[in-house]
Amino acid sequence: MIDLLQHLVHGVSLGAIYALIALGYTMVYGVLQLINFAHGDVFMLGAMMGWYASSRWTQEAQHPTWFGAIAVTLVSMAICGTTGFLIERFGYRPLRNSPKLNSLITAIGFSFLLEYGGQFLFGPNPRAFAALPVSPSDQFRVMGVSISYIELLCVGVSVGLMVLLNRIIFHSRIGTAMRAVSWNPSVAALMGVNVDKVISFTFVLGSVLAAVAGILFASAYRKVEPLMGLMPGLKAFVSAVLGGIGNVQGAMLGGLMLGLAEQLVSSYVSSQWRDAIAFAILILILLVKPSGLLGKGAAEKV
Amino acid sequence: MRRMSAKFLVCVLAVAIGCNKEQQGGGNVGSADTAVIKIGEVGSMTGTEATFGTSSHNGIQLATDEVNAAGGIKGKQLQVIALDDQGKPEEAATAATRLISSERVAALLGEVASTRSLFMAPKAQAAKTPMVSPSSTNEKVTAVGDYIFRACFIDPFQGYVMAKFATDTLKLKTAAILRDVRNDYSVGLAKVFNDNFTKMGGQIVDNQSYQSGDVDFKAQLTNIKAAKPQALYVPGYYTDVGLIARQAREVGLTVPMLGGDGWDSEKLYEIGGPALEGSYFSNHYSVDDPSPRIQEFVARFKKAYGGQVPDSLAAQAYDAAGMLYDAMKRAKDLTGPSIREALAQTKDYKGVTGDITMDDKRNATKPAVVLKVAKGGKYEFSGRIQAEGAKEANPAEAPREPKKTEGNTAPNPAPGMTPTPTQAPAPGATTSAQAAANTGQHQGVPAGEHPKK
Repeated sequence: MIDLLQHLVHGVSLGAIYALIALGYTMVYGVLQLINFAHGDVFMLGAMMGWYASSRWTQEAQHPTWFGAIAVTLVSMAICGTTGFLIERFGYRPLRNSPKLNSLITAIGFSFLLEYGGQFLFGPNPRAFAALPVSPSDQFRVMGVSISYIELLCVGVSVGLMVLLNRIIFHSRIGTAMRAVSWNPSVAALMGVNVDKVISFTFVLGSVLAAVAGILFASAYRKVEPLMGLMPGLKAFVSAVLGGIGNVQGAMLGGLMLGLAEQLVSSYVSSQWRDAIAFAILILILLVKPSGLLGKGAAEKV
Repeated sequence: MRRMSAKFLVCVLAVAIGCNKEQQGGGNVGSADTAVIKIGEVGSMTGTEATFGTSSHNGIQLATDEVNAAGGIKGKQLQVIALDDQGKPEEAATAATRLISSERVAALLGEVASTRSLFMAPKAQAAKTPMVSPSSTNEKVTAVGDYIFRACFIDPFQGYVMAKFATDTLKLKTAAILRDVRNDYSVGLAKVFNDNFTKMGGQIVDNQSYQSGDVDFKAQLTNIKAAKPQALYVPGYYTDVGLIARQAREVGLTVPMLGGDGWDSEKLYEIGGPALEGSYFSNHYSVDDPSPRIQEFVARFKKAYGGQVPDSLAAQAYDAAGMLYDAMKRAKDLTGPSIREALAQTKDYKGVTGDITMDDKRNATKPAVVLKVAKGGKYEFSGRIQAEGAKEANPAEAPREPKKTEGNTAPNPAPGMTPTPTQAPAPGATTSAQAAANTGQHQGVPAGEHPKK
């Protein structure tokens, strides 16, 4: 029983990170109907910039402080936000009126550019990451279940950001504009919404969330490398589809479910099935309910 | 594109040879083909196991420079052509083919990883080019054919060493295993450890697996913790082991971890940190080993590479190259079959990692050491374990003086010579894409890349 609870704790913390990345996929899909495959690599960039900010440019990693960790995260968010903006501005915007496939291929191109560009600059060797003043081994126990502060932080920060995101989308002018663009870009434009600005904002928002996810992931697993965005990116994509792509609550639910599923499969079946289960879920949901668990119709999109 | 980069490589190498020759005071750049003996090297100079390749390369280069400085072999200078396989088995096979068919090397040195050696070996065997792997410990490697040799012991021995150490020295009764199912090496060590530990009266309480490149091991570790072992055997490679060590401590599993030579990299402690302290792994040699043969080698290596301490991969690569050159000196000519013949007869070659004798399966028979990861990531020499049946020898008493003139001797440096520093990996190879090592490959069978989008 305690083991089960322990697995659930690990699953929730992993799921929270997937959910945070999945939000970026789902928001972009909501406004553009585009799967931004470079998103997983923006997540990697977030972690990598965190490493640069904490280990290369400063001595932060040697004596981490909360203030430093926040500063590192903000630097990484700023860089990722800018990258997200640039990718949209120079990659996707010129192609907005061409067939969707062109944008999709561009997205894959950007993904490779970031991965191998990262490998060129950062080198292929994994590096240890330490920006937070807590180590993954700092933990406390509740009813025999040990919970590390980093796990708690992953869940806390993710939930906090999701609540914030919800407020932005449903209770702010720019959020209303996002929903309008998502519903119908041409009509939104006629109503005076600056569509380009809204789309840029969506990319920046998604990339900033990915940067935070990157920092959390690297802090929890202590490793940064240029290809680290590949698998979490794909898993987050599965989460987004599972919850209903284009649906923000769906992304959260999907991420959580996938994190739990992976953790339980590797504990009770075999770790060799961990990745298989993620993609089996993708296939299953596409066959049974292609709109995802929470996806209903266009009106519910971001 | 490949042809272009190959040409570029040849040009670069030609220039490199030119420089080398000038340094060594002689030789004609133009007649490189006839004046030098080409030795091919394949290694992972980049990728998640990059330190394996670069360390090995330094060892090989040192051995080569020492032989060259002493006059070369049969009056010819040696030239090492090193290609990077980025840690990918397919690339290792391609590199081996390229070295054999377009460079026409006399022999091949490499690879470190068993999985990649298994991809190279059939190419070498088919071309009757002798291949010496410095540190592939999987049994299957030399079983490929009679042209495939190794300068290290084999997996059963490492599994046996750790089982013996756990039983006799640590007095353990129970252990758990966490093995990398994508890696022949890890699966091999785990199996032999399992068999021997059980045979010596111990009990394996849990047997879990992971796949190299995974970052989350908490599920397996939580299960292992529930089984309450006294130690955890993780015969994986350093990046994964570092992460596993950390997460083991996170889930509250505090027993010592045991492992094999795949742990040997400075990156291990960088990633694993204090979580690794108190763990043990079997290895081929230790820099702390007091025997003069090892200390002299360490001094030469440090001098050549700006104070860098040779890890065991460097020492083994040095021995592999030295053993090959020794065989080439004894061979009646430099054709593949003659070198093969001489290699097979290697007996008591005085390598830095121990006296090497080839058995009838072309595996090296030699002792292993057990190292302890101490505070601050230092490795402490914790004991030497002889091959099963071999007599226990005290390393301090055994004759360790390198002989200077006889055939079976490690190459000795000429006074004042400076080996060339690490050669840059093949230009064409480093720029191309590099996926996580061991990506998409199961127990030596290629299965394509990860599903990419």
